[in-house]
Amino acid sequence: MPAVSRRHPGLVIGKYLALAFYLTFALFPLYWLLKIAVTPDALIFSEGTRLVPSAISFDNFVTVIFQTDFLAYFKNSLIVSLGTAFFTTLIAAGAGYAFSRFVFKGKRIIIAIMLITQMFPLLMIIAPVYKIVADFGLLNSLTSLIIVYTAFNIPFATFLMQSFFDGIPKDLEEAAMIDGCTRFQALRQVIFPLTLPGLGATLGFVFTAAWSELLFALMLISKNDTMTFPVGLLTFVSKFSVDWGQMMAAGVLALIPSCLFFIFIQRYLVQGLTSGAVKG
Amino acid sequence: MRRSLYLKYLVEPFIYLSPSIFLIGAVMMIPLIVGISYSFQAIELLNPFNTGWVGFENYIALWGDRKFWIALENTFFWTFWSIFFQFLLGLGLAMLLNTDFFGKRLFQALVFLPWAVPTFLSALTWAWLFNPVIGPLPHWLSALGVLPEPYNILGDPELAMWGPIVANIWFGVPFFAITLLAALRSIPGELYEAAQIDGASPWQTFMKITLPFLAPMIAITVMLRTIWIANFADLIFVMTGGGPANSTQILSTYIFTTAFRKLDFGYASAIAVALLVILLVYALIVLWLRKKLVKV
Repeated sequence: MPAVSRRHPGLVIGKYLALAFYLTFALFPLYWLLKIAVTPDALIFSEGTRLVPSAISFDNFVTVIFQTDFLAYFKNSLIVSLGTAFFTTLIAAGAGYAFSRFVFKGKRIIIAIMLITQMFPLLMIIAPVYKIVADFGLLNSLTSLIIVYTAFNIPFATFLMQSFFDGIPKDLEEAAMIDGCTRFQALRQVIFPLTLPGLGATLGFVFTAAWSELLFALMLISKNDTMTFPVGLLTFVSKFSVDWGQMMAAGVLALIPSCLFFIFIQRYLVQGLTSGAVKG
Repeated sequence: MRRSLYLKYLVEPFIYLSPSIFLIGAVMMIPLIVGISYSFQAIELLNPFNTGWVGFENYIALWGDRKFWIALENTFFWTFWSIFFQFLLGLGLAMLLNTDFFGKRLFQALVFLPWAVPTFLSALTWAWLFNPVIGPLPHWLSALGVLPEPYNILGDPELAMWGPIVANIWFGVPFFAITLLAALRSIPGELYEAAQIDGASPWQTFMKITLPFLAPMIAITVMLRTIWIANFADLIFVMTGGGPANSTQILSTYIFTTAFRKLDFGYASAIAVALLVILLVYALIVLWLRKKLVKV
């Protein structure tokens, strides 16, 4: 309501102070992460709490990339997150399409079950999932993580995809079907190109979620060569807890894919989070 | 012909749905039932000969477990203060974003960024910020007189819980802001114009138009978030591991440490069932309250 602000100069100042507060609160921790990462090792303790380092070096990044296993962790996380994002989006697109276009028996029950899966403590199933995965001999494999994460993310992604399908008029595919297409052809040739932004947003959300998952990865992965980035970083932190610069450089690296995807999905945030409304 | 058409309509949606149903069933619903059954068994991977059905033994042990009651109390503390500040700050941010100002698009992208930061990284970053060796926060807090000297509050049983809570607020404000912003945008603009013509003060406009319109969205978001935060173990697990002296142990971290460190699946499942029951009761109370309020 700009009109209100114009009447009260005090409100304008207050507003810009509030904007500055939110900006500082959101960015300061990330700035600090970056700052310690580029501070040369020799200066970390003497300048521990200075706002701007007096010298900048990228040695920590070089060390992390070339002398530790982080590149391998990074690759594992990338495989898991991309795999999860791909399969989840594919499967959830089918389910979202069914919810959006069909009226059928059992629809309410399936939706209710999907909502319930978003409510109960996921940690409740960490023990059974561990045992089942162990029984299949899939412990320490990236496949198990992809399957588990895909299932976890399907309900949210389904609701998101449904909201995108709801935004596409039914007439389009009905016209194509009258012209002799099967429903699947209509879906592929008419609807698919129109849902590309929706598919992209879903991919982004699921990728971000899979990239940050920690607890199930800790439980299911214990071998160094299949560790994902969160597990690797946490192991590194508990082993070498004084290599501040290197830990933070690794942290900055972990931030990159999330930020890229965030820039990409940023404009779908309002739609995405309100249609799911349950997922962080 | 008719029959086959009928069959087609009955079956067709399930062709699209079957992969989801299969995966959710196999990875979530079956383990959920198995998990509940675990709570009536003794399953310790470190003690493989001591397995089998034990009835309510896990629950009896839980009743007498002091750690459980501390964790329950901490869960309330953690959830309440996290939600309280996330909501207040989120509402403020949403209202700011609902006005016009220079550079709004960039501002919005930057303040939403914490939401995209992986949780383990948020946890580590905040743990480092609270560390007096490399973080500025203890020094600032002691300069302000909040702390007598710059020490790590994560090591102080009295204050440790505020570390993960602050990290949680940082991480959760964007979510509330986004949800409330969507609701704010759905309020018809004419209402504000009418209020302005009638000479309403900004405070009156907020109390009489904005808040009543947002109320249903607020209720549902707060309820869902409460459940989500009560279940949210990552931040605490990474920042303090439940310590010092269990002062930051909440039920979900207690479940995880029991399953992950002790590999005692039976007991972990019993705690998990207790948490589930508490959340169910909470959800029922909220739904009942909502029904009552809507009637009046």
